[in-house]
Amino acid sequence: MSEETLQFRDPEQAEQLADRLEALMAEIDGSVNLMHVCGSHEQAIAKFGLRSMLPDGLSLRMGPGCPVCVTNMPEVDEAVAVAKQGAIVATYGDMFRVPGTTQSLADARADGARVEIVYSASEAVDLAEENPDEEVVFFATGFETTAAPTAAILVDDPPENFWVLSAHKYVPPAMEVVAEMPDTDIDGFLAAGHAATITGYGLFEPFVEEYEIPVVVGGFEPVDVMLGIERLLEYIREDTAGLENAYPRCVTREGNRAALETMWSVFEKTSGEWRGIAEIPGANLTLREEYADYDARERFDVEPETGGPDPLTEQCVCGDIMAGKADPDECDLFGEECTPGNPVGACMVSSEGTCKIWHEYGGHPDL
Amino acid sequence: MASDSTPETDRDESGGGSGNESGGGSPDGSGDDSGEVVTLAHGAGGEAMRSLVDELVVPRFTDGDRTAGVGEGGVGLAALDDGAVHPIGDGSQAIVVTTDSHVVTPRFFQGGDIGRLAVAGTVNDLAVMGATEPLTLTCSFVLEEGTPIADVERVVESMRKTAREAGATISTGDTKVMGNGEIDGIVINTAGIAHVDAGDAVTDAGLRPGDAVIVSGTMGDHGIALLAEREGFDFTGDLKSDVAPVNDLVRAAMAAGEVTAMKDPTRGGLANALNEMADKADVGIDVVERDIPVSGAIASAGEVLGIDPFAVANEGKVVFGVDPGDADAVLEAIKDRPGGQEAAIVGHATEEHPGRVVVDTGFGRRYMSEPEGETLPRIC
Repeated sequence: MSEETLQFRDPEQAEQLADRLEALMAEIDGSVNLMHVCGSHEQAIAKFGLRSMLPDGLSLRMGPGCPVCVTNMPEVDEAVAVAKQGAIVATYGDMFRVPGTTQSLADARADGARVEIVYSASEAVDLAEENPDEEVVFFATGFETTAAPTAAILVDDPPENFWVLSAHKYVPPAMEVVAEMPDTDIDGFLAAGHAATITGYGLFEPFVEEYEIPVVVGGFEPVDVMLGIERLLEYIREDTAGLENAYPRCVTREGNRAALETMWSVFEKTSGEWRGIAEIPGANLTLREEYADYDARERFDVEPETGGPDPLTEQCVCGDIMAGKADPDECDLFGEECTPGNPVGACMVSSEGTCKIWHEYGGHPDL
Repeated sequence: MASDSTPETDRDESGGGSGNESGGGSPDGSGDDSGEVVTLAHGAGGEAMRSLVDELVVPRFTDGDRTAGVGEGGVGLAALDDGAVHPIGDGSQAIVVTTDSHVVTPRFFQGGDIGRLAVAGTVNDLAVMGATEPLTLTCSFVLEEGTPIADVERVVESMRKTAREAGATISTGDTKVMGNGEIDGIVINTAGIAHVDAGDAVTDAGLRPGDAVIVSGTMGDHGIALLAEREGFDFTGDLKSDVAPVNDLVRAAMAAGEVTAMKDPTRGGLANALNEMADKADVGIDVVERDIPVSGAIASAGEVLGIDPFAVANEGKVVFGVDPGDADAVLEAIKDRPGGQEAAIVGHATEEHPGRVVVDTGFGRRYMSEPEGETLPRIC
């Protein structure tokens, strides 16, 4: 690991920030709920045991920040349906085992369908080029960080046997929905640094203004996370809503303009259901009509007869967890019927999923 | 992989598969409840595999008797240790037996190959039972039609060299060929047999509160190197499997002090080994993350891939439980031997949180859980 990275893993700095959080909470004199909107933040918090460093009364909630977790069951069903029609479906590794209504892509592969794991959109294109006689469909998931590369592929004349099944999502409208939920009660948002690398932190200005709630863009090393929390508490103490970039080594106000232009030239915002949360206006990224030739929904029958979902999924509280209303261990299925090896809900599948992270590292600070 | 004395169900040495492997079966973990077909999850070392072995295999082979086949003072199948210990004669002597099957993609990788893996894996399973002088090994090949003879030759030569390095011989074996596509290239089964003074046998269940926990070197080398190579990542730096016999290291450690428990952290890596040791001895284990050696290249590659070096296989390392009074002497003895220079005391056993492993991250404390299912690359 580079020296540069290690300075953001300096326990002494984190300890100093923890002292500062203690002092700020004493001044605030009440409980504070902060929400982070990124699975990588939950990873850092759990992996480094940061919750055990936080003062009493300060709660870190999980938001809808895992693109795998918020991918809706019918979207997985669509990918399974395409695979069963004989196309090669390429997707990111952590989508592979996400349960659809009746099957995951892993189940489809066990049944003989061809499903391949890729690390990038360009690898999916490589697959199409290597298999000119096959139809290759990229089941494209993720937020801005992966939507922009998918778009870049499509503007670059991919091969004719290549299609995209877009389940890409756009985070800011989901934050608005969570901010408006009456029983969520969030005092500040720690926004995802890598998405902001693309979109720029200026994107959150209207949000801060409208909802009068502070937003701090944070990185993913432990000191980054502690710093982000500290900045949020400063705003809360002052009772002001502000926007701040606590990840300046990667994020600018404008973001990556070229990537944004490409992304919006290929995708448009549509309304869509986020798994377990709500129908969110403008939070799905759908291929524009100009790219209909590459749209798997145009080429394949993606409306499978799936029947009803597994009754266990009715007990799954992933939606409440992603809305900051519940912790994983409040779910009756957690660690029992639902494990990483046998996930019921999507939050137990991905390394970005809160339940998987809590299962791996434990979520509680009382050790 | 590792080698338990259990019938083998794994198919992936890395402890962290990619989801790209060929072969039938679902790599997800959905199979354990269905009772219908074997999936790749049954070989991943987690709950699915445990239930397969515990519920389906062990009761039939042991007939409910934990010492079945090995008698009083022995270590049998039900212990699910790295090998079985059969007392012989008046009970002061014992024979240690282990077996293991090996499949790995690619079959030649940075730092080793399937042949070296097969010999080292079996020598190491004997070694961590306290049997550091292997009497002999067996070797069975199952070859896929179409496999280049040159590959087979290279593998056999590698087995010869590794056996010599470990002071072992290979004295019997078998060869079968299956049709193209019926198996994946080369499958090797090895078994090992060794003779020990019964008092020298060490299990993975002997940890006592207060014992020091020592690892013999850097963690995660094999699993991360293999995953990176298999996925075609061109990392700079030295990503190499650590596959090697460890019997010399173990011999030195046992001569220097009281070793109370041992395990080679293969499938599921350090996290799996520590959890198993804590669970079997009903003690807690506290480790300090920054004291656990990880090479810079492996740590960086792990970050990029989103794979924890503590959750993937090592093929030339040992985790020791050592009497606290002997810890420094044992550490020095290991450091003195080839392959042991990076050895470190990483924590200790405790009466608290029995059965669980807790990590001090330098920031806070958290659990180190047993890895479950195969490790898949993340999205972002």
